[in-house]
Parts: sequence; C-alpha cells; structure tokens
Amino acid sequence: MSATGRVVRSGVARRRVQTVVIGLATMIAVTASVLGGSLVVASSAPFDRAFAAQHGAHLTAQFDGAETTAERLSATARVAGVTAVAGPFSTVSGTPRDAAVDRELAPMTLVGRTASSGTIDELLLSQGRWVTGPGQIVVSADYPIGPSPLGTVLRFADLPGQPALTVVGVARSVTRTADAWVSPSDVAALTAPGATRGYQMLYRFADASTAAQLDRGRAAVTAVVGTEALAGTQSWLTVKEADERTTALFLPFLVAFGALGMVMSVLVVGNVVAGAVGTATRRIGILKAIGFTPAQVVRAYVAQALIPAAVGIAGGVVAGNLLAIPVLADADQLYDTSTAGVAWWVDAVVVGGAFGMVTLTAWAASLRAGRLRTVDAIAVGRTPRPGRGRSAARLTARLPLPRPMTLGLARPFARPARAAAMLAAVVFGTATVTFAVGVASSLNRVQIAKDHAAADVVIETLGPPRGPNPVPDVPRPLSADETTRITSAITASPGTEKYYSVATTEVAVAGTAGSARLYAFTGDASWGGYEMVSGRWITKPGEAAVATNFLTATRTRIGDTVVLADHGKAVPVRIVGEVFHPTNDMLVFTDAATFAATKPTLIAASFHIRLAGGADVTGYVTALNDALTPSGFTAQPGQSGGSSETIVLLNALAALLTLMLVAVAGMGVLNMVVLDTRERVGELGIHKALGMTPRQTVAMVVASVVVTGLAGGAVGAVAGVAMHRVVVPAMGHGAGITLPPAITDVYQPAGLLLLGLGGPLIAVVGALLPAGWAARTRTAVALRTE
Amino acid sequence: MTTPVIELRNVTRRYDDGPPALHDTTLSIAPGEAVAILGPSGSGKSTLLNLIAGLDRPSSGTVTVDGVRVDRLNEAGSARYRRDTIGMVFQFFNLLDDLTVVDNVVLPARLSGTASGAAHRRAHQLLDALGVARHAAAYPGRLSGGERQRVAVARALINKPTLLLADEPTGALDTASGDDVKRLLNELHADGQTIVLVTHDLTLAESCATRTIRLVDGRVVADVTRDVAAGRTR
Repeated sequence: MSATGRVVRSGVARRRVQTVVIGLATMIAVTASVLGGSLVVASSAPFDRAFAAQHGAHLTAQFDGAETTAERLSATARVAGVTAVAGPFSTVSGTPRDAAVDRELAPMTLVGRTASSGTIDELLLSQGRWVTGPGQIVVSADYPIGPSPLGTVLRFADLPGQPALTVVGVARSVTRTADAWVSPSDVAALTAPGATRGYQMLYRFADASTAAQLDRGRAAVTAVVGTEALAGTQSWLTVKEADERTTALFLPFLVAFGALGMVMSVLVVGNVVAGAVGTATRRIGILKAIGFTPAQVVRAYVAQALIPAAVGIAGGVVAGNLLAIPVLADADQLYDTSTAGVAWWVDAVVVGGAFGMVTLTAWAASLRAGRLRTVDAIAVGRTPRPGRGRSAARLTARLPLPRPMTLGLARPFARPARAAAMLAAVVFGTATVTFAVGVASSLNRVQIAKDHAAADVVIETLGPPRGPNPVPDVPRPLSADETTRITSAITASPGTEKYYSVATTEVAVAGTAGSARLYAFTGDASWGGYEMVSGRWITKPGEAAVATNFLTATRTRIGDTVVLADHGKAVPVRIVGEVFHPTNDMLVFTDAATFAATKPTLIAASFHIRLAGGADVTGYVTALNDALTPSGFTAQPGQSGGSSETIVLLNALAALLTLMLVAVAGMGVLNMVVLDTRERVGELGIHKALGMTPRQTVAMVVASVVVTGLAGGAVGAVAGVAMHRVVVPAMGHGAGITLPPAITDVYQPAGLLLLGLGGPLIAVVGALLPAGWAARTRTAVALRTE
Repeated sequence: MTTPVIELRNVTRRYDDGPPALHDTTLSIAPGEAVAILGPSGSGKSTLLNLIAGLDRPSSGTVTVDGVRVDRLNEAGSARYRRDTIGMVFQFFNLLDDLTVVDNVVLPARLSGTASGAAHRRAHQLLDALGVARHAAAYPGRLSGGERQRVAVARALINKPTLLLADEPTGALDTASGDDVKRLLNELHADGQTIVLVTHDLTLAESCATRTIRLVDGRVVADVTRDVAAGRTR
C-alpha cells in the first residue's frame, strides 16, 4: 500500500468518531435529499406527468346507443386531427348498494373494457387486479367506497335479478373516464329493461392545448356521428383544472419540504466534512514535515472523507428509496397520480451531488490546511495563538459561575474558526426545526381555513350524497320547527359557548356574467376559520367578505359596494374583507339578514358550534345527539381537533426530515467537540492534575458549547422565521394563492424562545459524549498524550 | 576544502512587524559535523532549524543544503527535499497517533518510492537498533516519551538522510530517556551522520556536538568547534 493509502486507511480506521459522523451525516443527508428530490419531482406538474404517462384522453365522449352504432363511432378515428382513439366501450349507469351493510352508494358510470392498458387512458391499478370475467368490477380510486374496497359486493337492487359484482381492483384514470370498469358482457346485464346502452369513445387530437382546439375536435367528431348521438363530453382541460385546484394548495408545502431537505443536507454535510478536515490541521502539518506534498495531503484527505461518505451515500440512497415508497404513495394519493418510485435521475443527481459536495469541501479544507506553513500547522492545537480569547476568559472569569464553567464558556473565543463551524451546524439545525415547525403550522392553518373547520361540533343538514361528484351543499329542506328544535337543542346543551348556521345559494352579480355562490350566516361566524387575506370579517347585515377571485372578476376592492341580484331584486353589499379560500371561486360571505327581504327562508346547511373551554367534545356530541334524535339530525365532532390524512402525512414528513437534519447537525457538533477535546487532552490533563473532578470536566466541556449553542439557536431561529416568511408566501404566490397573514404569521414569542433553545440543546447533546470521554480519561494518560 | 552540506548566507527571517527572529546570519556546516545550536528562548534557534528543514522561508538571504537552494523550493519541492535529504526529530515527537510504530517509521520511505518490503525491513532494523522493535505493532500513544522519541529518530533515519535535524530532542524526556537519546545521537555521529540539533541543554550539546553555535536575539554570538581528539576548542 502506498504511503498515501496507508495514511488514508489509518485515518478512516482509527478516527472512528469522525468516520462514523461523516458516514452517518452523509447517509442522512442523502436520505433526506432523495426524499426531498422525489417530492419536488412528484410535485412538478403532477397532472401533466400523469397525463403523459397514462396517455390520457383529450376528450372523453359519451354517445347515445340509440342514435349511433359502434361502427359509426369507429369511423371517427379517421376524422382529421384525431391522432388516436379508444373504444367504443359500452357504458351504463347505475346506483349500487354495498351488499354487506345494505348501504346505498353514489351513482356510478360503468364502462365495459377488456383491458386496463391501451393506446389511450391506460388505467393504473392501485389495488387488486383487473377484471377477468363476469361478476367482477374495478372501481375508480375516486369513487367514494372506502379505503379497503376489495372484496366488497356491489348489488344493483334496481335491476331485475339484482345483479351483484365483486370489487376485484381499484384503478386510476388520469382523465376520470369512468367510476368503474366491468367486463363488456356485464354491461348488458346491468342495463335496465328498455334502456339503451351508451358508448364511450376516447380521443387524442393533434392540437388539444386550448379549449378552442378541443371544441374544433369535438365538432369534427360530431360531424361524423351526428349531434343527436353525442350525449356529453369531458375535456382533459376541465379535469386538469379541477385537479390542479385541489393540489395547488399543498404543492408549495411539499416543494418547500423537499427543497428544505436538499438545501439543508448540502449545508450540513459541507459543514461536517469541512470541520472534520479542518480539525486535522496538525496531522497535516506532521505529514508535510515528513515529506508529504500539498497534492498528496489533499488526495489523502479527500479520500479520507470520501470513503465513509461513499458508504453513507450508498446507505442513504437505499434508505431514501425505501422511505420514498410510502411518501410517494401518499403524494400520489394527494395528487391523484401514480409514481413508479424514485426517478433514477433523482438518485443519480443526489449521488453525484453528494460526492461532489464531499469532494469539494474536503478538497477546499485540506488545500487550505495543506497550504499552511508546516511549522504553524504542527503547532495547531498545541499552542493557541497568543492573546486569542484572553479578553473573553477574563470576562467569563468574573461571572458568578463555577470556574470549570467559566473556563468552558471562554473556549469558543480561543478557537473562533472552530466555534464558527460549530455555530454553523447549530444554526442549520435550529433553522431547520424553526422552518419545519412553521411550515407544518401554516399547513395546519391552511387545512382549517380550507375547510373552515374551526368549530368543535357540526350539525350537517345536507341530504345524502348523489353522484361521483355530488353537487355540494344541497340542504335537506328544514322547516321552521326543525330549525327551532336544532337551535334549542344547541342552546340548551351544557358546554355550548357560541354557534352559527350557514346557508348557501346562488346570486347574480350585477355587471358580470354567471353567478356567485352566497354563504349566508346566522350568528357570529368570525371564529369559524374564515381567514382573511385582507380587510375584516363581516360584522353586520349589508357587509360582505369575498374570495380573491370575486374581487378580480368584478374589478372591485375592499370598501367598494357591489350589487347582488336575487330574484330580480338588487341587494347592495359593501365589501369589507378578502377571504382566503382555496377554490378561489366567485364566493360571497354575508349575514343572512342582508337577504332577509329577498330570501326570507334561507335554509341552513349546517350548524357550527364552539364549546366552552374544557368541555368534552365526545360527551357533548352524545348528549346533543340524544336531544336531536326526534329531529333526525346528527351532530358530529368538527375537524378542528383532528387532522386530515394529508396533513398527518405532511406533518409526519416534516417531522421525519426535521429529525434527520437535526441529527446531522448534532453529529456535526459531536464531531467538532470530539476533535477539540482530543486536541485539548493535554490541557484537560493539566486541569485534572490540578484537581478538576470528572463532573467538573463534563461541566467545562459542555459549557464550551453553550455560548455557541445559544448564539446558533438565536441566529437559527431568526433564520428559520425569515426563511418561512420568504419561502411560504412566495411558493403560495407561485401556485396562484395569496396566503393570509393568519397562515403565514405562525410564530409566537414563547414558541420562538423554545425553538431558539433548540440551539443549545443540539450543542449540549452533541457535546455530552466527548465530555464523558474527557471526564473518564486518566490524568496521567492525558498529561503525556501528544 | 570540503563543500559544506549547509550554507546560509545573510539569512534574515522576520515575522510581522517585530524584530527579526534571525538577523543577517551567515554560516556553513560541513558533512559529518554534529552541530548544536544553543541560545535562550526566542533567540532564533528553532527558526534557524525550520529554515534549514525547508519548513519556513527566509525573508532575505539564501539557504543551501546539499547543493539545493532550499529557499527557492516550492511546497512540493520542499516536501521532496524533506523526505529525501533530511530527517527530523521534534521535541514533541510528532508521531501520527493513528499509525502503528512501524507504519510511522515506514511512511517517509514509502513516500520516497521505496518498495514496501525493503522499507519494512529497514524500519525493523532501525527499531531493533534503537531498542523499540517490540513496539513495532503498537500505536505511539502506548509508548513512553523516550520510546516515542526513539521511534521518531527511526522515522527520521529511514531514508538515510544527508542531514539529521533535531529540535530539543530531549526536551520532553526524563533523564534516563534523555541519556538514551544522547547515546543514540553520538552513535549516529560516530557513523558519519551530519547532525544539527537545537537545544537548551548544555550537557546534550557538550556530549553530542563537535561544534556549538550560540544565538542571541537572532544573531550568532559564538561559534565554537571542539577538537574531540585533542580535547581543545577553537
């Protein structure tokens, strides 16, 4: 083995803490980067990627079987501009019941298809398998049947013989072409007597990027089959818009988490490697003194960093890919996409980047050390530069603290470069925690704002859902008596603090086409989770808060008066606030009394109740339901106490990334303190010889990181807040969403103080191991150790 | 007249704005000489040694060792010079504590391109000759100060250097270990090894050196050669 190889081998094998720290730090950083990179990729135009991968249909057309034939439909493949077709597929609609519990499910459109694959609309099975014969059904992942539908028997009770199908699979169609797929032979069995079966055709056009182009394509197809045969069409642009509207809200946060993982990994690994090499200055001096050239020094130290890093990178790629499986599955669920796994190039970029990062930092640090005058390099660690840290030592000596602690407190000032590296590690760790906590907090608030789910208990008065995409807010007509009974029950229930009801209807907006959706409140709903982007919530009749899109469409501003038209009567309202609403439709929020004259019988769609502090939600709901039993309505706990699956996922992801990066930051500190303690062992020996007890030694070593930890905690917390303030609104803006201050201003002084204290915590935890080592070292050994 | 192995001409070394650590020094050392550089702390002894070793560069003047202008060498050149021409022994040994004793000794030889087998054979011979062969596989941390200094001497001699430089070689040792090192240096000198040692220790200088150069405030104030055979100084 060459001299350089021997030095590398001994450096890797004997400097175990350093080797392990570099390996582990790299592994965790690569894991975080693979996860983060995958999330960023998964969050990049998810619909477009899924559409391309699954060869989505530009146009899904439904034809009336009584007006056309399969042969005529097949002929549409030759229409100019059509590049590919699939079909005709037989279709039928029906309303199944879950046979096991005899529960009516949403109506569904069934399509008879022999295979899930095809040139258009390749269906991706997320559960189970494809149909292999009659009596089987594959349901769409969007169909509301529950999380574990496999094996469920769907009975079509309205049909003769009540045919039943067993769910054998769950599939995803990127353009939502059906609610379920069955064997073509089953379509006939599911067609009611006298009813005509329909056909479905899927088209791809040469030009389909605009609605106008799709209109032309549709017209060309219709020209062949006849207008009367076309029962309806669905454009891929409509599906895309709906899909992106759903995902847009979460996309910035997933991208932020992903980017956080990658950026922090780069910073932390760079710091750990630079620290590890930087503290080897004396060893480098010795190597130079016995004849190592600067180039040999650089090669030796780059290799010394690369060997453990390579192991860490390999482990990190494996761990990252394994962890990405559930994370991407959840992201797929969120985005309604199907991702095969971590893209190969994400792995390649992360591996290349990690190697590059380690090489670059090791090269830069060893080059710097290699360029030091040999005599100076050898003296490092043995003879601190005179004068350095003396003022701090004098100052700390005056503190009313035990002497070992004051000695430790002055230590960072004697070695400012090393303290700066440690500071960087603590800053990264604290900034990561602060940022991640902020993002998670914002996300929770977004969820509450999205669902306006601040109420503890909710009573819905809606009828049962109808259709795969049920029309929202269709209230069951409430009589005046029913309304009175509900409000009386709420008022009489012990624990009720306040409540409001909300009714919805459509109103016209003077000067604009189309209508706006009106939310009319009875009672104070200011606490209901309606976050304001600007302005304020309504306080009296005649005032309105509106969604951003309303202001844009009507070219109005807060303070303006807009006229809503209802049943031919003009109702002027003054806009007092802009409400954050993820769908950002034409929405108007006002007091029900505003429309007292035109809509005296607005029907409440839901009642929202806030409980007094300390009231038990479950007990309250049980008691209220007892009171409501005669009316047939049911109270349910609100969503304020719980989180959606998506939020749980994102919070878990944030916690995972944070833990990993904090662990890396802690290891960075550990590495620094180990190297510092090893270098100071002679000095420790002197202290111990003078009577310093092991406990005092621990106190001194731990105290030596406290100042750095405090400073790092303060800087890191501020940096984390600054990052949050810049990144979250910017990413929301990028996704077309204006986030209100209630969602971006998530930090409270007490919470920030706690986050800032994370800095010294990271530093102290990182220092405990070497402190124990220093305390256990025998004085005689310490005194004669080089 | 013998060509000097070391020749310094008008060498000055100045650090920052302070007075020169070495001031306009001119001296030469012949092959086979054993020279002790004496002087109080801060007199410029270590600076002189570092300049000869190529660890440092003069602010002005020339340093020539074995025909090589050391002051003109770049970093890589001075590294090759150190590994091929000189052997160095430090007060605090400067052994690599993550290499075994034999690996420490072998390292300069391997850097010079000596085959592993030959380097190890030579290392074991040296360790044996210096009485530390039994520690060959141990790490330096387990050795006493005297043993470590013997290992450092073995490492310094592995490439059969023209010049052996020693910076306070007994400074960190107890009396017995110090005496061992003195004996060792005498033996090396007797074998014709040119030695330059920096020391505070007059007895070490008297027992090992044929010539003593005294420095005060960076200037040579005395340069005495002892005629060992005649027992005279001049």
